[in-house]
Amino acid sequence: MNPLARKRLARGALNTAGVLVFLFAVFPVYWMISTSFKANDQIFTTDFIPFPTHFTLDHVDRVLTEGVAGNPIWVYMRNSAIVALGTVLVGSAFALLAATAVARFRFRGRTAFLITLLVVQMIPCEALVIPLFLNVKRLGLYDNLLGLIVIQVGITLPFGVWMLRTFVAAVPKSLEEAAWIDGASRFTTFRKVLFPLVAPGLVATSIFSFITAWNDLIFALVLMKESSGYTMPVALQYFFGQRGTDWGAIMATSTLMTLPVIAFFLLVQRRMVSGLVAGAVKG
Amino acid sequence: MTDTSTLARGGATSAPGRRRGSRRPSRAGGMPAWAVPYVLLVPGMVVIAGLLLYPMVQMAIISFQDISLRVIRGVAEPKWVGLKNYQQILDNEIFWSALRNTVVFALVTVTLTLVLGTAVGVLLHRLSKRMSTFVIIGIMSAWAVPPVAQGTIWRWLFDAEAGVINWALNLLPDWLSSLVFGRTDWSGEPWLNDAWSVYVVLVLTVVWASFPFVAVSVLAGLKGIPAELYEAARVDGSTPMRTFRTITFPLLKPVFAVLTILSIIWDFKVLSQLYVLLNGPTNREAFNLSLYSYAEAFKAPPKMGTGAAIAVVLTIILLFVTAFYTRQMVKQEDLA
Repeated sequence: MNPLARKRLARGALNTAGVLVFLFAVFPVYWMISTSFKANDQIFTTDFIPFPTHFTLDHVDRVLTEGVAGNPIWVYMRNSAIVALGTVLVGSAFALLAATAVARFRFRGRTAFLITLLVVQMIPCEALVIPLFLNVKRLGLYDNLLGLIVIQVGITLPFGVWMLRTFVAAVPKSLEEAAWIDGASRFTTFRKVLFPLVAPGLVATSIFSFITAWNDLIFALVLMKESSGYTMPVALQYFFGQRGTDWGAIMATSTLMTLPVIAFFLLVQRRMVSGLVAGAVKG
Repeated sequence: MTDTSTLARGGATSAPGRRRGSRRPSRAGGMPAWAVPYVLLVPGMVVIAGLLLYPMVQMAIISFQDISLRVIRGVAEPKWVGLKNYQQILDNEIFWSALRNTVVFALVTVTLTLVLGTAVGVLLHRLSKRMSTFVIIGIMSAWAVPPVAQGTIWRWLFDAEAGVINWALNLLPDWLSSLVFGRTDWSGEPWLNDAWSVYVVLVLTVVWASFPFVAVSVLAGLKGIPAELYEAARVDGSTPMRTFRTITFPLLKPVFAVLTILSIIWDFKVLSQLYVLLNGPTNREAFNLSLYSYAEAFKAPPKMGTGAAIAVVLTIILLFVTAFYTRQMVKQEDLA
């Protein structure tokens, strides 16, 4: 075989492998979406129906109006959104303050704080469900979305500070010093120099927190009692076992829950990786 | 307008500081400079202490207590029971099967995720720009699926009656199917009934959702390796396998270290996916430690004490496994 043909063959093999990886990753997502638009006779069949030829919006319509556990799905979507947005608003403000402290100042206890940040990220938050449940009950925040927000802020904060710290450190200090020389106060410098430059990092961190809070099952499961306060992951459990499994409705709900996250992911994909393995790639 | 006034005020307060020769404003809003970082840290510290560190101590305490329903309602004090909770879980077969499930699942899943992820990362690095963007968008969409939806999707794919997997397995030529699996008919195969096959599905689910992260990280690492190194290796007639062993792997070692630890942390405590595949905490033989802890504490009758004891065991295992990594990180990141 001549070298050119061999090269072409190698390229062809690589591209085939690429397509196979793509299909393995995408097929389950595609199957979820396509099932939510298939009529029931195309869902409950032992045949393989690659594409919804009896296209229907029944399932989407049914979950949005009838829903599950006594409420339409949009109620659960709203609850999930409240928890996730609340977590982001409070959490990213706290994270930004703490990240500025560790990235911009040298002070006693700084190393101890950073080590604490690292260690608490190793604690499985699933293990904290029991004490947090008892505390939330004691504080009267049981069955209240506020309780969930508080807990999600705690869970997302260590990673948020860890990630934001590198973004703050990346802003050259000379810019702030220039502002100081021009007579700007610390607060003005923060607002007009540091904040705009850190904003992209803040967006990435916020999206990460949003997704973590949006995806949580266990805390919502334990802390919310009335079905009108359920979040999407909890509501989804109630589709199973109701007179057979309504796969059309389950897949429609799963799709509604997944699409915003996929959109966010594609938006911040690059920064997320650099944040997670920061330091390692550099080294 | 507001801007000028802020500027003026800022300028005025920082004036004495500058006169002393410092370029930083030494006072901000009447606060001495040394106090600024501490004030910035207060909200974060309160959150971490109150929502993570203190509950961790509580968890340890609860594992030595008996928390009755009256305690949960706040009308009685918890009773100290010493090591009874630990005694109880160690005597329970479910604990040992949950421990085995947790460890074996993590070992298998972490290995498969890293191997597949690295292979895909290397592949992405060799593909043309257009092709690799195409594949990256595909794998990102798998990574983005929320854990609960991962569970519902794979539960649907493995559905006994109408699942695609049973359909696809039936397509295999009979000789191959009986050679590999010892059977040819897969119609109605209930994958989610016994613990062993539930874990086959769970491994697939978690590997599917987590290899993209490894792949994209490995790709980012590969892009940082100078191309001359590979060229030199090629000139010297190095085989692809050898190039990977002597150039790629050593240079990406720190990346692999982080990826391994993150995967271990994630896979040790997988809960949402298992919860969905099992339809809640039903099949006790298929529990892992986090689901077992949850079931003990929150399924009637609630046994918070034994639940906490299981959580303590899980936490200790995880901290032990990750201690080495934490030390490396502390060294590497020059925190001082």
